[in-house]
Amino acid sequence: MSKQHLATSRFGLWTGIALAALLAACQQNPPAEKAATVEERSVTPGGGTGATTSGTTGANVAGTNTGQGNPLHDPRSILSKRSVFFDFDSYAVKDDYRPLIDAHGKYLQANRSARMTIQGNCDERGSREYNIALGQRRADAVKRMMLLDGATDAQIETVSFGKEKPRNAGHDEGAWAENRRDDFVYAGE
Amino acid sequence: MIVLHRFASLLLAAFALTFAAGARAQLTIEIIGGGGTAIPIAIVPFAGEATYPYPLTEIVAADLNRSGLFRLVDPSGVNPRPARAEDVRAGDWTARGADAVVVGNITPQSEGRVEVRFFLVDAVKSTQLAGLSYVVAPSQFRATAHQIADVIYEKLTGDRGVFSTRIAYITKQGPRYELVVADADGYNPQSIVTSNEPLLSPSWSPDGTRIAYVSLENRKPVIYIQSLTTGKRQLLANFRGSNSAPNWSPDGRRLAVTLSLDGGSHIFLINPDGSGAQRIMTAPGIDTEPNFSPDGKSILFTSDRGGSPQIYRYTLASGTVERMTFDGNYNVSPRHLPDGKGFVFVRQDGRRFNLAIEDFATRQVQVLTQGDLDESPSIAPNGKLILYASENGGRGILAAVSSDGRVKQRLTAAASDVREPAWGPLTK
Repeated sequence: MSKQHLATSRFGLWTGIALAALLAACQQNPPAEKAATVEERSVTPGGGTGATTSGTTGANVAGTNTGQGNPLHDPRSILSKRSVFFDFDSYAVKDDYRPLIDAHGKYLQANRSARMTIQGNCDERGSREYNIALGQRRADAVKRMMLLDGATDAQIETVSFGKEKPRNAGHDEGAWAENRRDDFVYAGE
Repeated sequence: MIVLHRFASLLLAAFALTFAAGARAQLTIEIIGGGGTAIPIAIVPFAGEATYPYPLTEIVAADLNRSGLFRLVDPSGVNPRPARAEDVRAGDWTARGADAVVVGNITPQSEGRVEVRFFLVDAVKSTQLAGLSYVVAPSQFRATAHQIADVIYEKLTGDRGVFSTRIAYITKQGPRYELVVADADGYNPQSIVTSNEPLLSPSWSPDGTRIAYVSLENRKPVIYIQSLTTGKRQLLANFRGSNSAPNWSPDGRRLAVTLSLDGGSHIFLINPDGSGAQRIMTAPGIDTEPNFSPDGKSILFTSDRGGSPQIYRYTLASGTVERMTFDGNYNVSPRHLPDGKGFVFVRQDGRRFNLAIEDFATRQVQVLTQGDLDESPSIAPNGKLILYASENGGRGILAAVSSDGRVKQRLTAAASDVREPAWGPLTK
């Protein structure tokens, strides 16, 4: 190993770090839509990272064509509820959530320009990557039901956060149950 | 043009210093369990070493000690202190219980460089096992010490040393995530990527110049490839749905990844430039965590096609799939051993998740760890040590265990959770 080689690679590494840092900084600005998971529960306790970065609030109703009193954000409407919960290592949708899912599916059918992302999540146990796949399964399971309600494939994207975005940072069964969930996020929220 | 580039580079380098990971991401490594039979070795400070601010023999000693296979014998009290092989009086050292002795000397050369000469002597047989010299700048003493430790390790154990390799890992501090690359002893942590959204699944290219990883910055899992030499980042996969679990083929020409563009999670092969995505299996259900064999001919992966997450092997030439794990209901995260003779994986047993190792020939499984939430194994390129993520006192830490389960290490970072280790390749 010569001195020359090491100096160059370290130099390259430093330059690389700088570029990477700049790139990362550029990437951190989210695209136009804000990143909120609208929850019916209160904001997670200290340390929880349920919502994503931008710390946003607000009823941005872009992307829908309803008038005032948008049911998506009306706490009296079932459509303001956005989460479905699952048992451990399962993606079976419990009957309790049928009405909620059907309501959203029918909303999508009635509002063809509406777009939704279903985000699948898992509790903290087990492999990170297997949990990405399990969360994906949970999201796909609910999407399938909404398609039966008349929503179209193009209206719903399914993604998974695995165990990376827990709503509750605790390490007990209560926290785990809260984290095994799908969240529905409409475009523009 | 060249002058401008240099200036810009210097500016960026200065900029970079403010982004360097620093102490917060530095790993502290402690041995918490040693191997059964440790080789007693005395490492005598090199003649002339005290002149330099870099503690060369201390680093050599720390490397060998950390491997769990050596026991350091106190070298003090032997006068005169030997600096060459011919100065070593074997009786001095066997009297202290040492089987091997390392001696050396450092002499200045021109232009600020020095020559480091070291000798490894078998104290029992009174023979020289190795004698090498390096002409380096003192600023390179860390790297030189690691090379010396590699030579000693190889001569005395028969296996290649990994002291000159690097490890990647991910730290989380509050909302901030970093992908860090450090020396295998935890020194020189460099922040490669920083983000306010989770990062996971780092995977080294076989030549050690690139790392593929998964980022949630787009509010969905997306795979990027970061070049460690140019600093440029390239998108590998952002198809509809989730994109994750990258694993390089041993020839570096392709990656196996998990994509959900077909619905569900399935394994695809893809070119490093993101082109040519090709699904390899048709069964429904979850297939993920692909891991190429060292010969590139098969892929271990996790699948729930049998009703619960288990490990299967896919052979590329024939397309056949064979189930590999049968005990328990949750066996995931397969990683081939570099010699191709078996694999490490994670199994759930009751409430705990632990590392285990299975031999291909005998199909026997040995459990290696005893934590509550052990995950993400990554095997050193000599196959002797396995890095993994664990937790301790509510914090994410890394740990290491030898392939026979006896050597144990704990790796912690102050003020950060550490997870997702990836051991880099041997440097040629």
